[in-house]
Amino acid sequence: MDTVISARDVGRVICQTCGNVALISEVRCPRCAHRLSSRDTLSEQKVWAWLIAGLIAYLPANTYPMLLTTQNFRTSESTIIGGVIDLFEHGSYAVAIIVFVASILIPVGKFVVIGYLAILTRKRHRTDPHRLLRYYEVVEFIGRWSMIDVFVVAILTALVQFDVLASINPGIAAVCFALSVVFTMLAAQSFDSRQIWDRLEDGFRHG
Amino acid sequence: MNPLNARRSSDQQGTYSSLIGCPVCDALYRLPVERSAEPSKCQRCGHRLTYGPSTALTWIVSLSVTNVALLFAVLFLPFLELRAGQFDNAVSVIDVVLGFSTGIMVPLALAVLAFILMLPLCRLLLVLYALTPAVLARRNLPGAQRALAWSFILKPWAMAEIFMLGVAVALVKLADLATISIGAAFWMFVVIVLLNAYQDTLSNRHSLWAALTWTR
Ligand SMILES: [Zn+2]
Ligand SMILES: [Zn+2]
Repeated sequence: MDTVISARDVGRVICQTCGNVALISEVRCPRCAHRLSSRDTLSEQKVWAWLIAGLIAYLPANTYPMLLTTQNFRTSESTIIGGVIDLFEHGSYAVAIIVFVASILIPVGKFVVIGYLAILTRKRHRTDPHRLLRYYEVVEFIGRWSMIDVFVVAILTALVQFDVLASINPGIAAVCFALSVVFTMLAAQSFDSRQIWDRLEDGFRHG
Repeated sequence: MNPLNARRSSDQQGTYSSLIGCPVCDALYRLPVERSAEPSKCQRCGHRLTYGPSTALTWIVSLSVTNVALLFAVLFLPFLELRAGQFDNAVSVIDVVLGFSTGIMVPLALAVLAFILMLPLCRLLLVLYALTPAVLARRNLPGAQRALAWSFILKPWAMAEIFMLGVAVALVKLADLATISIGAAFWMFVVIVLLNAYQDTLSNRHSLWAALTWTR
């Protein structure tokens, strides 16, 4: 079987937005006008910058309160993990698991996987590219679902507004968490999937 | 099944339009005109390159029109209503967004507004702007290509379906405290999410771009 020829080998560049094949000398895609780059040379720096920003936002998102609940003149605060525990104690196991997965498992998993991909593809590697691509696709697809807890807070805040008798208000962690999700989505988008194959050791180029 | 691999020698003179590239791994292929209507995948990473003949364009445009109409209706109809004792609070989707709109929460309110309403709406309008002339066999409007490109760029940031799962979680959390009735806008939002998902299965880059190119 022929070895696969990359667009860069023959002086072409593939538009990441529309898939058009353009000459490598062109700055913008002739079809959709989007900026072209054969390889994103700043990819690594961008990935790390967004990832670290995401991590910095994720820590206060977990330690500060997500929800401020006022009932009969008393206000109580609950964090992300506190909300999950509350749901468990109420016996809402399915919802507790959804919130746990979306707010803790997915964000932590994302930090680990994006960091792993960025470190691994810095130099030549022998890891199965299909597995790496699978990781990348999963992170890109699932990452946005973490936003669910922010939406839950928005809905609760809007619905439960009866002054001092019963009201729910968003805590500062809601802002931090939303920022963290946005930053890690940008980190995933900054990763240049083409370098998975660029840096694959020759013996492992098996199509 | 696979498009022919571009060959180094012949490619130098190869015509521009017969080449097809994989945006994921940068593999380049030569796609003979007679095979451009067949589905194909990238040999190296498995990314779908073409999806076969597409008659879906008309469907995509009519689904977009429906969704825009539903989104506008959603804005003004009651979304959820909460009753607890003598209290009664009916909220629209806009109220949900404005719940955040004090002090430091204002940027968050704007972000939520964008994620659940503005960006889904923008994507629909961009698709309509780009593809309606193609469906009507007219010339493309100026910047149609740019509009279609942006509809793909915005895709990960439109989160209507995630919002609906959030609503489900919120309903469970409140189930003990109050009676909640579901308004018309709620069901419309469900329909929007389902239609959007269906539209995404119909929309694939290659055939949409091909539709734009043919009518140019
Ligand atoms: Zn393009
Ligand atoms: Zn590929």
